Amino acid sequence: MVQDLDPFAVARDLFPDMPPGFPFENFDLEELILPTGDDMGIKSDDDDIKEEDIQTQSGFGSCLVIQNLPKAPEEKYEKLMTVVRTIASKMGEVRENGIYMPLDETTKMTKGFAFVELARREDADAALLDERFANGYQLDKNHKLIFCRFDDFDKYAKVPDEYVPLEQVPYKQPENLHSWLADKLGRDQYVLRFGDNTVVCFNDGKRGRADLAFQREYWTESFVQWSPQGTMLATMHRQGMAVWGGPSFTRLNRFAHPSVRLIDFSPNEKYILSYTSHEPVTARDSYTILISIWDVRAGKLLRKFEGPVDEYAVGSSAGPNGALKWPVFKWAGGREDLYFARLGRSKISIFECPHMGLLGKESLKLDGVQDFEWSPAEPLLAAYSAEQGNQPARIVLIKIPERTEIRQKNMLNVSDVKLYWHPQGTYLAVKVEAWTKTKKSTTTSFQIFCVKDKDVPLEVFELKNNKERVLNFAWEPKGHRFAVVHGDGPRPSISFFTMRDDKGRLGVRELKMLDNRACNAISWSPQGRNIVLAGLKNFNGQLEFFNVDEMETMATAEHFMATDVEWDPTGRYVATVVSHVQQMENGVNVWSFGGRLLYSTQRDKLYQFSWRPRMPSLLPPEKEAEIVKNLKQYSKRYDEEDEQLIMQADADVLHERQRALDEWKSYQESRRNYAALQLDFKRELYGPRFQEKEFTIQKVMVEQVIDVKEEPYNAK
Amino acid sequence: MRPYLLKGHERPLTQVKYNREGDLLVSCAKNLQPCLWSSEDGRRIGTYEGHNGAIWTCDMTWDSDRLITGSADQTIRIWDLPTGKELFQIRHGEPCRAVKLSAGERFLAATTDAFMEAPPGIHIYNFAENVEDQSATAVQSWKVPKGRITRVFWTDCNRKLITSHDYGILRRWDVETGMQLQEVQVHEDAIQDMQMSPDETHVITASLDKTARLVDIETFDVLKTYKTGRFVQSAAISPLFDHVVCGGGQDASQVTTTAAQAGGFEARFFHKIFQEEFGRVRGHFGPINTVAFHPSGRSFTTGGEDGYVRIHHMDLDYFTTKFF
Repeated sequence: MVQDLDPFAVARDLFPDMPPGFPFENFDLEELILPTGDDMGIKSDDDDIKEEDIQTQSGFGSCLVIQNLPKAPEEKYEKLMTVVRTIASKMGEVRENGIYMPLDETTKMTKGFAFVELARREDADAALLDERFANGYQLDKNHKLIFCRFDDFDKYAKVPDEYVPLEQVPYKQPENLHSWLADKLGRDQYVLRFGDNTVVCFNDGKRGRADLAFQREYWTESFVQWSPQGTMLATMHRQGMAVWGGPSFTRLNRFAHPSVRLIDFSPNEKYILSYTSHEPVTARDSYTILISIWDVRAGKLLRKFEGPVDEYAVGSSAGPNGALKWPVFKWAGGREDLYFARLGRSKISIFECPHMGLLGKESLKLDGVQDFEWSPAEPLLAAYSAEQGNQPARIVLIKIPERTEIRQKNMLNVSDVKLYWHPQGTYLAVKVEAWTKTKKSTTTSFQIFCVKDKDVPLEVFELKNNKERVLNFAWEPKGHRFAVVHGDGPRPSISFFTMRDDKGRLGVRELKMLDNRACNAISWSPQGRNIVLAGLKNFNGQLEFFNVDEMETMATAEHFMATDVEWDPTGRYVATVVSHVQQMENGVNVWSFGGRLLYSTQRDKLYQFSWRPRMPSLLPPEKEAEIVKNLKQYSKRYDEEDEQLIMQADADVLHERQRALDEWKSYQESRRNYAALQLDFKRELYGPRFQEKEFTIQKVMVEQVIDVKEEPYNAK
Repeated sequence: MRPYLLKGHERPLTQVKYNREGDLLVSCAKNLQPCLWSSEDGRRIGTYEGHNGAIWTCDMTWDSDRLITGSADQTIRIWDLPTGKELFQIRHGEPCRAVKLSAGERFLAATTDAFMEAPPGIHIYNFAENVEDQSATAVQSWKVPKGRITRVFWTDCNRKLITSHDYGILRRWDVETGMQLQEVQVHEDAIQDMQMSPDETHVITASLDKTARLVDIETFDVLKTYKTGRFVQSAAISPLFDHVVCGGGQDASQVTTTAAQAGGFEARFFHKIFQEEFGRVRGHFGPINTVAFHPSGRSFTTGGEDGYVRIHHMDLDYFTTKFF
């Protein structure tokens, strides 16, 4: 075992000529040799790399062979050489004396082939894929040149003549990646990252506790991220990222992207994007970025995007100081991952899956485009172009792949625009800040496109005081309402609006305004109806649980110094988090949707909290409506189950306490001897003084003469 | 519960300690005069004048007639407890961090900090019944590798010492030879305080890793952990109930940068066996540096970074309520 090993003895064995203690200064890890057969308790991660994956470096990687050349006599050798050189130069830079065309000594004719050595291996690879060369190069009527790699001859010569059947790998049943959805109690999971630990827990709100599902130390090097439907958890490492899933969180795949910084899944988990930026080599260069797109299941690299950062940080993708805002590529909504797009200068580049090529081989031209957002429900694009000279600012809705504009709106004097899609893709709200005539202040208005209605009607509305600052806007995830946080003072107001009246007629109507609230973040339940108004950070974690149907406050509470509010994906529970931003009291409180504190977990150095998302419901809307209608019948059964659970939980707690008590008693019993010994020892040492238990308080006046001075008394 | 608020120190408190009977309370602080109080009504009986640096620690004899203080002025002083007269001085080259009389009071253990070139050390002195016989030279003395030795206790019929250290470990020493017998990492960060249980079978340790722990004396096994979410500076075990009290709070250097409530300066009560918190007592406006239970368990005292000592006499419902 590890403890038995004396490091100094090992060092003496390894470096007999060196002074003792040598390897522990300027220690080179590579030279460390572990005792054979001992892995020091650390399992190697590299066991499953197959040997053929390791590519051997060959010296002939950039050598190509051109076949089917005309056989020319010696006199025409130079002429043919010029032709070959011209072709070769189209492939890339040719190495000096890089072309060799052998001559038959007996017939004095060329042999009909030539060798070309290019300067770079990548050029050779590219040439073989280039359509000018890949399918043969028509030199003249009779000669179609064929290109192949020099290494290939070797490779194919090695193919054995006899057929050896491949060894059949027995089929291993993979773990069910959706197992957590089948939890009997219908609990949701969340991941907590604190210290060096990453923990996945079941949230058992009914019994008021969290049940451990999986735990691992040093699982990730920076953060973890759930895939959008919760199937997988991605971890980040120096070498790239890995995705994990199933009940025991086995590794599903790895993606090699050295020092990866950020990742993004496609909404249906088919693809994953990874991002790094590289520091410039010289001060004059700018940062370059590398974004790779991978197939999640196959683990295959599908395409790379590379370039200087300013090419990618355009319009809304540009953060402060010309940095890049992630995600650069935005995914189209819908049930399939079909398109993704990024902003360019006066264009939007849309890429098509699965071949990852530019849709229609050209970008979508939009003059002065600043921002765009996909509808979450379908491949529909909303884009905003800024005002340019005489051209007004413009918002367009474009259907992809047809590229038809289904609606557009022009505006003047615009200072800023923000796009807010309804999570179901039914509405698009555009917050427009326009300059007043004096150009000294702005007014805010909302243009709401009703995408699902005929001809896409446009609703325009303003707050009563349109000069007020609008701090936040949020759609009700299921429904037709939205909330706006506004106000210039330290305590803002929250207003609720609806898009439709009771009869379903379109039109923006104000429902209620909550005045003067200590709130800077609003968070709708994923099911709609309930909303948490939270005062995070400098409001010290004030929480108000509000029911928008009844327009009443269900509860107010406080999670002191809370930094985040997160609804679980079903809208039953809310978690408030004090993360590592705060020095103390790190932990998670879990509340019911109505604001009852269910339990709290203390975790020192809490870096991350994240609910595991669920996939969208598979029930058709009619079925869901039916369930809501007959809720009483359904809930009866579950209420009984809940009651049992709670009784069980209470019993569990009592049982656990009893166990702790028994354990303590037995501990005290085991230490009785020692305590008695200690007592006897003291009794012996102090003798009769030991027993003086009873005492009375007695006041003793002690007079102390501090100083005596004699002075002659002067009677006068 | 209305506490007695004792304003006897202008500087942060370092330790408060009851005598055996619990009628007297000594408070040490970073100012130069330790104070003696009547624990019943909070009257100040007197101060001990003479030290020239912060007083880190103190200890009292069984019959409360001597007080021993250890100070940053590199001396250990022995006082006549009732009169405040300085009787003897032991000079070191280094600040003294912890002192403890052995059972029977024939020996005194003291720890010193690393200072200049000198490493931290543990020293054993004879403790003479008559001050005239007191000697200033240690009978046994040994060095300890790096770090502060925050508390020291005599265990196992005065044969062994246990010490707590500022990198989260406990050590056991043989008194006669100065040999280290055991070393166990029980905390992830500095242990700020260690207090003995009444039956002397376990100790409670308070640490900057935001927990307090109950540790068995014989094995150094961690029996219980009390998570507070804030730095724990001191913790004490109730002699009456299965309760422990933890004091601490945000680092003093950051107190002014956050809201008052953010500090977490309450004294927090935990159930000793179930490890669950059931009450808080607030009052200090800086971190609590030291807590102590009255030997009867009917009151407790806290001393804060804010320079105040608060004596809390428990209300009736503390004794009548069944917390679990």
